Amino acid sequence: MKKFVALLLVLTLCLSACIFTASAEIADVKLGVILLHDENSTYDLNFINGVNDAVAALGLTEEQVIMKRNIPESQECTDAALDLADEGCTIIFANSFGHETYLLDAAKQCPEVQFCHATGTMAHTAGVENFHNAFAAIYEGRYLAGVAAGLKLNELKEAGKLKGEKPLMGYVGAFTYAEVISGYTSFYLGAKSVCPDVEMKVQFTGSWYDYNEEKNAATALIAANCDLISQHADSMGAPSACEDANIPNVSYNGSTVASCPNTFIVASRIDWAPYFQYIVNQVAAGEKIDVDWTGTIDTKSVVLTEINEQAAAAGTAAKLEEVKAELLAGTRKVFDTATEGFITVDGAALASYMADVDTDDAFTPDTEAVADGYFHESEYRSAPYFDVRIDGIELLNQMF
Amino acid sequence: MSEQKKTSVHEPLFHLAKRTNVNPLRATLIRIAAIVLGLVVCGLVAFLLIEKLNQNPGKIGDFYNCFIKGSFSTERKLWKFLKNMAVLQCISLAVTPAFRMRFWNIGAEGQTLMGVLGAITMAFYFGGKVPEWQLLIMMFIAALIYGAVWAVIPALFKAKWNTNETLFTLMMNYVATYVVSYFLVIWVPSGSSTLGKLKYGKLPPLPFGNQYLLIILIVLVLTVLLYVYLKYTQQGYEISVVGESVRTAQYSGINVQKVIIRTMVVSGLLCGVAGYLIGSGLDQSVTTESVGGQGFTAIIVSWLANFNPIMMIVTSGLISFLNSGAAQISQDFNVSGALPDVIVGIILFFIIGCEFFINYKFVFRKSAGKEAAK
Repeated sequence: MKKFVALLLVLTLCLSACIFTASAEIADVKLGVILLHDENSTYDLNFINGVNDAVAALGLTEEQVIMKRNIPESQECTDAALDLADEGCTIIFANSFGHETYLLDAAKQCPEVQFCHATGTMAHTAGVENFHNAFAAIYEGRYLAGVAAGLKLNELKEAGKLKGEKPLMGYVGAFTYAEVISGYTSFYLGAKSVCPDVEMKVQFTGSWYDYNEEKNAATALIAANCDLISQHADSMGAPSACEDANIPNVSYNGSTVASCPNTFIVASRIDWAPYFQYIVNQVAAGEKIDVDWTGTIDTKSVVLTEINEQAAAAGTAAKLEEVKAELLAGTRKVFDTATEGFITVDGAALASYMADVDTDDAFTPDTEAVADGYFHESEYRSAPYFDVRIDGIELLNQMF
Repeated sequence: MSEQKKTSVHEPLFHLAKRTNVNPLRATLIRIAAIVLGLVVCGLVAFLLIEKLNQNPGKIGDFYNCFIKGSFSTERKLWKFLKNMAVLQCISLAVTPAFRMRFWNIGAEGQTLMGVLGAITMAFYFGGKVPEWQLLIMMFIAALIYGAVWAVIPALFKAKWNTNETLFTLMMNYVATYVVSYFLVIWVPSGSSTLGKLKYGKLPPLPFGNQYLLIILIVLVLTVLLYVYLKYTQQGYEISVVGESVRTAQYSGINVQKVIIRTMVVSGLLCGVAGYLIGSGLDQSVTTESVGGQGFTAIIVSWLANFNPIMMIVTSGLISFLNSGAAQISQDFNVSGALPDVIVGIILFFIIGCEFFINYKFVFRKSAGKEAAK
């Protein structure tokens, strides 16, 4: 009996020691986050929420997270990163595309600290061991949002409420840049998968965040007979224009149902919490962080908000579940080049496309992205590189 | 009787009178009191707005400590503070000659941005193709030319057609922003409009000391030079005369148009230097946000220092100190980036407001009555 008790005690001690060391390692991690703006931008708010959710899920203390807001894309970013390293951060994360070169500089100066950069393109060619990129396969989320849009158009068509002959969607984009092109194309393809004769017009604003420009662009698209609007820009401009004109809207970054109860259908967004959890866990365990990490529906990085039943077509939820299951199983591809007439460029099928995956000064296309009947988006690096202009989508202007 | 009635009707409760002689000691005390009062009000506002504070009032010490921590807690922060101060000081120097002439140039933001663009244009097209030292000289000259041209355009219009320089220089800021956007579109064909850090054209740091030491020393030398220029040269004297009265200047044979244009060229050149320091010394890139509003902050810095370049070291230091402290508060208390702006705004409000009490005094009816009785 004594022996048994002793054994039990030893076991308990060992076990608690194990738990203790494991949690002690998590407790050693300190996360520094560099943000371009603050809570007032939906883009940055999405990251702040992601950090807070990850902190809650991992049980990190307040002292283990430092956020630096309003850090511009300049030497200030390097300074901010080095300051975070001084404060003892073991992982330093930056959220804006333009931060990349400056964060890379800091990474070279602090080889013992891990640097993670969202939306960037350089990690896989930079050869800096402690520098990593991350993004999410948001094109899958946009595709699903597009399915919801297509169902709504079908409903309008059956009710005879289309403004023109064919269903027409309008899209407000920020820049004519791969991330946006990949976004609106996947949205369009989602709609086309359920509503084959749909067409789309895209208006660019030339800014990631400009309430007035986005509202004007949406209003102009509505005036040009669009039956439904979606957007890739960070303000409430387009959603509020839709609510004013009573035109259905598929949103991005988060639900706008509170201010647009009659027109908001659904929104796709990237949830960054899984990535933050992943990097903290990897560092705590002493494991390497992926050079290019792509969040998916499977990692719960690509998510849809609640569907607003008041605006969405009947049966949307069920259809989305079905398509989502197919995407997860790999039986359905977003950029499906095999199905005849689904993706065409100037009337011809897309059989081959050289994408600019490896960053160089001249932006030369370097990688064949079409294979096995689909365009391999976000596979050769995490940031999107689909920038093909396909048929059915008319660009009203271009903004680089 | 009738006389008494007259005074009681016409005398308000108090009126303002301009102080004829300002006691410097008294003025300094008022300024210090204003800053202290501003800090107290900031504390109160922060107490209301920051959740962590009103739940735990003991942290108010940490709140004030952030100001010290933001600039002085580590060696890196100290150098960063000095660097920020030097860049702000350089742009403040640039606006000063025009202000002394009462030419309200609020275009330093755009002139500096053009300076950055000038330097980066050279680095973009010639980086790696010419020796680095040659590139650095080309960048410097381009920055000076771009800055000076951007300043001299409104000056020419003012001198020839007496256009409003405030509106003109303000508009030139926006034009500069769009010029930068335009070049970013051309230079970055992928469409992200993000140039990123260039490989060539970095102003090398001094072989000793901190990487920012050279920038700080350059601005220090410029400060002394500008002080001497404004105070001890004939051109500096002409600026002061034009500032006092254009008529007097004309009467004494000063060519006012020439002085206006020449002074704006000096302003533009100094903005060009600031642009070079940002473009080549710090960012090695250009964005529409490269100057980040410092061209406007410089106006306050220069005005608070009474347009005296040496005094500006104190005021640019104060503003940089407040900015770093406020950013530290946002970081330590995990609050929105808007709060630092509120805090700096409150303190500036008190500092600027106190100038009123330095230059004017209240005369109350009672004391006025007593004086009359005597």
